Amino acid sequence: MDTLTAASAPVTDPRPGLALGLRRAELGRPGAPVLRGVDLDVRPGELLTVVGRSGCGKSTLLRTLAGLLPTLSGEATADGAAITGPDADRALVFQEDGLLPWRSVRGNVELPLAIRGLGRAERRDQAAGWLARVGLPDRARDLPQRLSGGQRQRVQLARALVGSPRAVLMDEPFGALDARTRGEMQLLLVDVLGETRATVVFVTHDVDEALLLGDRVALLGGGPVRTLDVPSPRDPDAAALPETLSLREQILASLRQS
Amino acid sequence: MTVQTLDAAGGSRTNRPESGPAPAPGAAGRRLGWRRRLLRTGSVLAALGLWQLLTGLQVRLWLDFSQLPTTLQVADSLRQQVGTALYWEDLGDSLRRILLGFLLAAVLGTATGVLVARSRTAEDLLGPVLELLRPIPAIALVPVAILLFPGTEQGIVFITATAAYFPVVVSTRHAVRALSPVWEEAVLTLGGGRLRVLAQVVLPGALPGILGGLSVGMGVAWICVISAEMLSGQYGIGYRTWQDYTVVDYPGVLVGMVSIGLLGRITAGAVELVGRRLTRWLPPRTERSTAWTP
Repeated sequence: MDTLTAASAPVTDPRPGLALGLRRAELGRPGAPVLRGVDLDVRPGELLTVVGRSGCGKSTLLRTLAGLLPTLSGEATADGAAITGPDADRALVFQEDGLLPWRSVRGNVELPLAIRGLGRAERRDQAAGWLARVGLPDRARDLPQRLSGGQRQRVQLARALVGSPRAVLMDEPFGALDARTRGEMQLLLVDVLGETRATVVFVTHDVDEALLLGDRVALLGGGPVRTLDVPSPRDPDAAALPETLSLREQILASLRQS
Repeated sequence: MTVQTLDAAGGSRTNRPESGPAPAPGAAGRRLGWRRRLLRTGSVLAALGLWQLLTGLQVRLWLDFSQLPTTLQVADSLRQQVGTALYWEDLGDSLRRILLGFLLAAVLGTATGVLVARSRTAEDLLGPVLELLRPIPAIALVPVAILLFPGTEQGIVFITATAAYFPVVVSTRHAVRALSPVWEEAVLTLGGGRLRVLAQVVLPGALPGILGGLSVGMGVAWICVISAEMLSGQYGIGYRTWQDYTVVDYPGVLVGMVSIGLLGRITAGAVELVGRRLTRWLPPRTERSTAWTP
């Protein structure tokens, strides 16, 4: 059964990615603003990486875009319309422990489809397809606690993408993984995202990761948000290019200042 | 002895037997070795033997054992009573009362706990009243129950339910408040609404804590059902035990206590078993975190 369903690869999502925007936005919890005067445009279908020191409000930014936190002032928009609450179109991937521990791997991946009211057979099929896609075709029945940290993030990725969201918001998804597993996951992410047109906002504190994955890098903390174009995105060989190295220096220098 | 058993019923979730390193899924697991079985059986036999010794020799060392029936007398009385329909009717009456009361407490207690933990309005409306009612021992409600209900039967169930209700409310409230917000955020950003969050996150996530409250609740429920039967009941094991005392049938009193102890053990075990089945997803305890061998 696994081989059969694995063969029916996930359908490419025809829907274009969302354009996300923040206008003079004040972000944070009521009474405790973390970021002020944020202006940011995320272009449809791009992969924007967000770097900044820990505590500078990266997660707050992501949760605002997800619709979990309302802006304190200013506005947050998706395709021009104000974001008023969470929506299945904007999936969130957490650093760790984002899976429901009482649901099997399959149960977790099927969740967005169940919420959408898809039939059981269809759910099974799509979940199996995505589990195969992220390299875990035979772990569907396991509980999350029986998986390694890297495997759990693979499942989170499958769960986020199975519902074909138009934007994927990732909160340091590989931050808790060891260097080697992180490298594997970065390759997997690039591979998997190649099939969707979803906009991705990827928060990380790792400058090299930001440079490897992003079309653009947004610098957070200390003044207005700056965005920088990455010379040749998602090319592992680009890390040694002079323009990448100088961009890297530039980012590190501005992080030191903030 | 009875008190001991009821105590164990109340606190048994906190000292559950160690599971060893990660039992395979589906494996029976937690099966006791012959050595530990032997120890457990031996401990019960030793207690019975000690009682026989103290009462048989009519020991009077400040404590006076001379009036109390011996283990063998109690066993004899038990054998006689087990043959009568009355014994089983009393058992059934008490069991029905406790299960009904416990079920009411479980449902209402969980609902209240979730409500108070999730809604500020509910907390402000119900919280103060609950906090004022909570310190009142359920057994002190006997006069109220007699006035309030048309029959003693409903009154006893009411008292039992009230007793078990508060531990369930308190543990549910704490468990729901302690839930990691990440799970709720995950379901919300996957498109789920409030009901989804309740069914897929709040209830399953708080379940381990709720079960702690249910375990304690079951213990308290037994204390109260027996006390209520002694005070105002007709039929039931508590009523029978008190009756036996008033007619100076001391072995009968002890039979009542032994029966209560056994029933308490069985019901607490049932709660424990259901709880374990429902919380298989909890991370396995490691040898280090549970094994405590003096």
